[in-house]
Amino acid sequence: MYKLKIFTVIALFMSVISMAQSGYKVGDIATDFSLENVDGKMVSLSDYSQSKGFIIVFTCNTCPFSVAYEDRINALNKKYVSKGYPVIAIMTNNPAASPGDSMEAMQARAKAKGFTFPYLMDKGQHIYPKYGAAKTPHVYVLQKAKKGNQVKYIGAIDDNYQHPDSVNQKYVENAVDALLEDQPIKETHTRAVGCTIKI
Amino acid sequence: MRYLLILLVFSLISCKNEREVKAHESASTEVQKSDLEIVDFKGLEKYLSTNTDKTYIVNFWATWCAPCIKELPYFETLNKKYSDKNVEVILVSLDFPHVYETKLKPFIAENNLESKVVVLNDMDSNTWIPKVDKSWSGAIPATLIFNKEERVFFEKAFTYAELEHEINQFLK
Repeated sequence: MYKLKIFTVIALFMSVISMAQSGYKVGDIATDFSLENVDGKMVSLSDYSQSKGFIIVFTCNTCPFSVAYEDRINALNKKYVSKGYPVIAIMTNNPAASPGDSMEAMQARAKAKGFTFPYLMDKGQHIYPKYGAAKTPHVYVLQKAKKGNQVKYIGAIDDNYQHPDSVNQKYVENAVDALLEDQPIKETHTRAVGCTIKI
Repeated sequence: MRYLLILLVFSLISCKNEREVKAHESASTEVQKSDLEIVDFKGLEKYLSTNTDKTYIVNFWATWCAPCIKELPYFETLNKKYSDKNVEVILVSLDFPHVYETKLKPFIAENNLESKVVVLNDMDSNTWIPKVDKSWSGAIPATLIFNKEERVFFEKAFTYAELEHEINQFLK
């Protein structure tokens, strides 16, 4: 009996660890959501009947890396929305832990920077853990498939957060371009430094 | 005409002065910058392994990272408390170059950081992040503890008790 108890505890512990590390891998089907946009409307992936896929960007107001990428995220949307891959930005942080990420602050940022894409609040922080976002910014490129929205790329926007002019590899653009041309994506998973998500 | 000449002379003088001031300023920033050890990943690699009997704690942080700043005093305390046990803390800053003078150096001075600070400036993070640890997403704070035999990596913020527990595992 005692052994069984220990076993149960270990099993529980293991499942907690695996939960903490869970998240989508390339090829998985990503969940839809219904999250509030800065304009007050609810946004879901299923609203986009005409799109071929999505560029989901987990981001926030307060992370310097996210801020460094704001203009580039806007440019991504402008370039790809007409090609069927709109940007959807999701703010991951708990505003109670990070006051600069409140809905009001998000609205102000979206207005000041002229965001052309939805900027959604992950209220209750249920969505980013399902995707497995570990930091901001963290991008998931999805492509519509019969089964749902399939994850095609996970990682960084490009390889130079400091200087947009010195970027060598535009990882997200390369991935979406490959999808549009029906070619395999060369790099499906990249890493970059980012801010931890505030819970 | 005379006025014009005087004006020209004056403007030449003021130009010269300005240039001198600028030259002087840039010289002094050069000196200040040399206080920070700024490296690319190749330069950092020597801090990420050892052949000696020392145990190293390498913490990746930045002045903009709130959870990093919160745990920084724990690393400082540990560095002092365990210095006689052959333990050394190295703080690897990932701050942006444009804040080296305005934020990073003042932060190091104001908080009297005694642990060694190395500044990593290497854009190719997709290449170097997995070299630090395969499991690292790139989020900070992150901490590497190693000696010549063992190596553990944490993508998390520590409490002092947790940090001391981990280092004691190494000193057993």
